[in-house]
Amino acid sequence: MGRLEGLNMNRLQQKLNDKKEGLLTVYFTAGYPNLDDTATIIKELEAAGADMVEVGMPFSDPVADGPVIQQSNLKALKNGMSIKLLLEQLKAIKNEVTIPILLMGYINPIWKFGVEKFMAACEDSGVTGLILPDIPLDEFIRDYQPLYEKHHLSSVFLVTPQTSNERIKQYDEVCTGFIYMVSSASTTGANKAVDQQKQIEYFERVKSLHLKNPTQIGFNIKDKDSFNRACEHANGGIIGSAFIKKLAEEGELETKVKEFVKGIR
Amino acid sequence: MTYLANDNGYYGEFGGAFIPEMLQPNVNELKACYREIINSHEFKQEFIGLLKNYVGRPSPLYFAKRLSEKYGTNIYLKREDLNHTGSHKINNTIGQILLAQKMGKKRIIAETGAGQHGVATATVCALMNLECVVYMGELDVHRQEPNVKRMEMLGAKVVPALSGNKTLKDATNEALRDWINNPEDTYYLIGSVVGPHPYPDIVARFQSVISEEIGWQLDEQIGRTSPDYLIASVGGGSNAAGTFFHYLDDEKVKLIGVEASGLGINTNETAASLACGDVGFIHGSKTLLMQDHDGQIIEPYSISAGLDYPGIGPLHSHLFKTGRASYLDATDQEALDAAFLLTRTEGIIPALESAHALVALNKIKFKPDDVVVVTISGRGDKDMDTYISKM
Repeated sequence: MGRLEGLNMNRLQQKLNDKKEGLLTVYFTAGYPNLDDTATIIKELEAAGADMVEVGMPFSDPVADGPVIQQSNLKALKNGMSIKLLLEQLKAIKNEVTIPILLMGYINPIWKFGVEKFMAACEDSGVTGLILPDIPLDEFIRDYQPLYEKHHLSSVFLVTPQTSNERIKQYDEVCTGFIYMVSSASTTGANKAVDQQKQIEYFERVKSLHLKNPTQIGFNIKDKDSFNRACEHANGGIIGSAFIKKLAEEGELETKVKEFVKGIR
Repeated sequence: MTYLANDNGYYGEFGGAFIPEMLQPNVNELKACYREIINSHEFKQEFIGLLKNYVGRPSPLYFAKRLSEKYGTNIYLKREDLNHTGSHKINNTIGQILLAQKMGKKRIIAETGAGQHGVATATVCALMNLECVVYMGELDVHRQEPNVKRMEMLGAKVVPALSGNKTLKDATNEALRDWINNPEDTYYLIGSVVGPHPYPDIVARFQSVISEEIGWQLDEQIGRTSPDYLIASVGGGSNAAGTFFHYLDDEKVKLIGVEASGLGINTNETAASLACGDVGFIHGSKTLLMQDHDGQIIEPYSISAGLDYPGIGPLHSHLFKTGRASYLDATDQEALDAAFLLTRTEGIIPALESAHALVALNKIKFKPDDVVVVTISGRGDKDMDTYISKM
């Protein structure tokens, strides 16, 4: 268990090993704004200097997501996105991009697709990590971890301000990618007022645990300021809803992606 | 009892708690304390006291003479429709509000479809002087306006769920999102035997007062404690769970659940999760649900807003899979016919949900000496517009 070393590292682990500060991870929903935008968005994110890309697999009932990502999920499904199609799209650009790709999603569509078949197809399509937040840790260890290892996929776990130190350490023990620190108790893109003092106490609490995995802060990271603040307390920051909003604007896709990343860096 | 949840909330292969970390602390807190609280003497005294003096329990077990003659058997109706607020939902909300109080929670959230659970929640919040927010699909807010007004009169804030198809599934999503955003002082009062463990177990236990009473009421009336058949309608499955509870291990008792098949199980307009569904995950529970070939959850349809849910509680998936219970289905039209039949033979206007249970009487061949108990889960006042339009 633990992180793979040296030659056995996947692309994501290599990136995390090489870069310890200011990691920028950008999230978008597969199939949004248009069904065939996946390749363009990933290539442009790479060209603009994002460090990792997190692709959301759309679901009819995204309980952990706020309105912006809910809408992108619905639109993507209306456009006809599915796990099968997404993996085909990723496979097609496998040799054209080097940016580490993680998939994020809810368990139901994966279960329906077939868990092992899904993991194998992820590996085949160049995916290097998975964020599947609704699998309980004990079931992850029993049923999923062996498949992650077999298919060279890194695991990422969410922690929140309410997660106890003991639990954070349990996640860190199993994790092979990074610890995803949810910045405050909220759904994605909630934009609600946060007690800054409490938030910093939480960030520092996690730092004091000296976890073996890198950390990235996500949820409500939306611009240069909030990204920089995230980087002060963790190895990087994850931006989702703000990028989805940018994609919804008028204009050429390539330009929007470039402008967005430039605005953060 | 072999059919109840194990410590991890599994009923056989179904159940569990498939929720993101944002919900874990809340659910774990509940899991850690609920059994001790609800088994304490103090809690039981308060619960039983309120059920008796506030809800009006026990609800009658009524021998339906004319209906029995029509079907050539012995039919008893368990009259949950006579409870305060008009349905079985209040049994659960009384229990959970006491639980929330003992846990020191200040703010109560709930989801509702037809508004029965919302009204029952708003009622107990008024009783306990607790803040109450009810999520209701925007479509249902328009369809069930009198219940919206009742909740508001009781002091609850009704928030229309604007996501998805704007019905019960979406209201449940919104309630879960509220809980993610308010993890400290808020208690989520779920209305059925669905959701992550320990909710299915909690709700089934509070509703089990139904089967407990059936036992002693049958004994009192005919000198036996077990019926031959127990029949109840199933959406999420709380009134059926309560009706079956004390008889789960009494294998001689045939347990019959009735799902809403809407326009029919071979149409796309149905809510029959067992007949049309397969294994998946909804609202934190592994269970049988209606989904498309990509694992996207399908919007259900039924004339009855209370049965209009794409999943079913994990207990029922387990009873179905093991064959312990049988599940039939009833179309909109069959349910309407059954509602009118009960009204004209016994002078009882049932809720549309309960009318689905009565349809089973047409589909089972009973013996003259069989004892059949049908749970009338709610009264038909809220469905008068629908009934009037069919007269």
